[in-house]
Amino acid sequence: MVELQRDGYQNGSRERYEVREHDVLIIGAGGAGLRAAVSATQRGLSVGIVTKSLLGKAHTVMAEGGMAAALGNVDPDDSWRQHFMDTMKSGKFINNWRMAEIHAKESPDRVYELEQWGALFNRTPEGKISQRPFGGHTYRRLAHVGDRTGLELIRTMQEKALATDAKVYMETTVTKLLKNNGRVVGALAYTRESGKFVHFKAKAVVMATGGWGRIFKVTSNSWEGTGDGVVLSYDAGADLVDMEMMQFHPTGMVWPPGVRGLLVTEGVRGEGGLLRNSEGKRYMENYDPQKMELSTRDVVARANYTEVQEGRGSEHGGVYLDITHLGYEGIMKKLPTMYEQFKNLADIDISREPMEVFPTVHYTMGGVKVDPETCESSVPGLFAAGEVAGGLHGANRLGGNSLSDLLVFGRRAGEGAAEYVQQSTHSTEIEEQELLTEIGRVLEPLEKRGDGESPYLIQQELQVAMMEHANLMRDGDSLQEGLGKILALKDRLPRVSVPGSRLFNPGWHTAQDVRYLVQISEIILRTALERKERRGAQWRLDYDGPDEELGGINFIVSKDEQGEVGIERREIPPMPEHLAKLVEEEKAKA
Amino acid sequence: MAHSPVPNEDLGKSGGTARLKIFRGDAEGGEEVDYEIPLVEGMVILDAVLGIQAEQAPDLAVRWNCKAAHCGSCSAEINGKPALLCKSRVDEYDGDIHVGPMRAFPVIKDLVSDVSWNYEVSKGITPFQSDEQAPFTMYEEDVERLYEPKKCIECFMCQDVCHVLRTHHKHAEFAGPRFFVRNQWLEMHPMDNQDRLHDLKEDNGLGYCNITKCCTEVCPVGIKITDNSIIPLKERVADEYYDPAKWLMRKIRGR
Repeated sequence: MVELQRDGYQNGSRERYEVREHDVLIIGAGGAGLRAAVSATQRGLSVGIVTKSLLGKAHTVMAEGGMAAALGNVDPDDSWRQHFMDTMKSGKFINNWRMAEIHAKESPDRVYELEQWGALFNRTPEGKISQRPFGGHTYRRLAHVGDRTGLELIRTMQEKALATDAKVYMETTVTKLLKNNGRVVGALAYTRESGKFVHFKAKAVVMATGGWGRIFKVTSNSWEGTGDGVVLSYDAGADLVDMEMMQFHPTGMVWPPGVRGLLVTEGVRGEGGLLRNSEGKRYMENYDPQKMELSTRDVVARANYTEVQEGRGSEHGGVYLDITHLGYEGIMKKLPTMYEQFKNLADIDISREPMEVFPTVHYTMGGVKVDPETCESSVPGLFAAGEVAGGLHGANRLGGNSLSDLLVFGRRAGEGAAEYVQQSTHSTEIEEQELLTEIGRVLEPLEKRGDGESPYLIQQELQVAMMEHANLMRDGDSLQEGLGKILALKDRLPRVSVPGSRLFNPGWHTAQDVRYLVQISEIILRTALERKERRGAQWRLDYDGPDEELGGINFIVSKDEQGEVGIERREIPPMPEHLAKLVEEEKAKA
Repeated sequence: MAHSPVPNEDLGKSGGTARLKIFRGDAEGGEEVDYEIPLVEGMVILDAVLGIQAEQAPDLAVRWNCKAAHCGSCSAEINGKPALLCKSRVDEYDGDIHVGPMRAFPVIKDLVSDVSWNYEVSKGITPFQSDEQAPFTMYEEDVERLYEPKKCIECFMCQDVCHVLRTHHKHAEFAGPRFFVRNQWLEMHPMDNQDRLHDLKEDNGLGYCNITKCCTEVCPVGIKITDNSIIPLKERVADEYYDPAKWLMRKIRGR
């Protein structure tokens, strides 16, 4: 690995940055990024992994319920075809059907691969990996270990990646993707600890930064979910898809105020948890009498919301989720994390009393548009996988499909990037001036010495505006009003300023984040205004139902020549015969 | 009308005040600074710290991620004892609440310590390896005891409290409780084919541990580190290296 120190010159002050060179640079160290790293190192390439947090703390760790894969261990009738069908149905058929096909076919291999690498799942009496039911899955399909499946996945991948030659740059934030001759050839970043800049030179970049739930006040996402990757890709010219589609998880914690939005795993409903309103009624029979509590997330979230809105909510403005039938022993076996979470944080013993829950922002279906085979974006040299990529989940993601998504497409992105690197001999050089200009931009909020707008305040205002105007029920006028508020915040961004030094300064870090949050919010509001219908997570109250024509359309976002948000309606190509046949058969069943 | 309920800022305000003394400083040194913030029902120390950060001290350094005790990022010390800030309720403490960084590692700034040493130790442990091809056939009873060590969230509080590291600074010779927990499941996994006993004895300094159980006491996910990880490993090492019959066999085999 080449390691250099260089001096630059900018604004009268000498500015140093370090240069690090790799074949493949992976941005993000969740399940997708780590899986991509393993693939690329297996091909003998030099890999750098950049992560905003410590290794192993990525949001993957918050996935609780399990990883969907048609193993057929408990329901032998399950098949990739049915998994494909369930995924498409839940996504209201605007999914990328090829991604859904690949995902359904390859998930079982990724589960067994995890087991090969030391991951441990709960077992069936026959000694196989056990599978639990989840909303919208026809069969019991989720490989799991209690309610901490994400922890098992991230730890396994972390230990696997640590055993390779990949170099991990912890607590490092990327501020810009760098291009040479139309290709992405690296990134500029700074280390959070010291505030020192690093120029990463790489022949290919894999974006695996996760989602952007932090644009909402009530969210299950950690501080990291600020959508860096989607904006970095957009700024580099990449196409985005389905950006209007945000998933609200039906069950987040409600009380006390500090934990509002914290995830209550769908595993609770998977294990038989019942939803009731203040009148004690199992109201899901009014919304989806067949699947009841195990309907898809969009349906259950709207049901919970509606019950509260119509005055049948709990004391703190939620609904009741009851798992007491499992008893203390059963809960400690199947949902121990949930037990501890409620006991410690809310003084609630869930083996004796129901939980109060309300929808919480959870997941972003939209993201960087990628080629299903290689995960390459529309910009050469830039690949994307996991939550930051769009297409697989369409208008609504099925629970459990995220962990499998990470590994199936993380692997493909790693392979795709490796293939690309091995086939090309392009230069990764960047004009020094471009780096210095970017460093100058990033340092600006510090130079104002706290004499301007607080980034924390802008973030809070943005989160409230998005809650109010882009929530799980939307209408045109309100979206328009929200857009006005976000654009006003955009105008205030240049005035953001923070006190203190570059040494581990969260105020300065937040100043970087708010730029991403504002840009994503603008894109979401604009695309939500375009999709004039009710489909999955996009629920327009000013339209009656789904629109047949829009059912065949993805909205593609890219930066236009003026630097503004460009939106294109793109027709979804027809399915090949073997998939179309599956859809026909499914319709005949109904 | 497409409005969603935006939680009211005043919800749960008790009229009381949380008073915190937070260490502000870096590797060079520093001092505690007093902060006050309105007390909210169910408030955890991390809520208070983040509130102070947003309104009073924008550059106050703290690590956190999930805020649900699942990720182990926000480990620090409250009144001198390691604790997860997201799991520690303000109302559990009487009087002054002192919040500082973990002290068994170098301080970077404020509540943030440099824990990178742990990842170096982790890299040195022989990873899982199997002769068998997955899918494995394993029964609940084969793997039940592995669930406990697998719960570890790598908060490194057991490392912070361990006197071998904290007081005696044996970082170069001693892996620490966290990595005995990792070795435990690796050694007990029915499909693993590697032997880590030599490394445990020679490189990981298992013998330094004199089973004071401090690590078990601070574990936020309830792993009985001493009883279930360290003691069984010590027994295996003793069997392997101090059993006279085995000693003789090694002499004969020449290893």
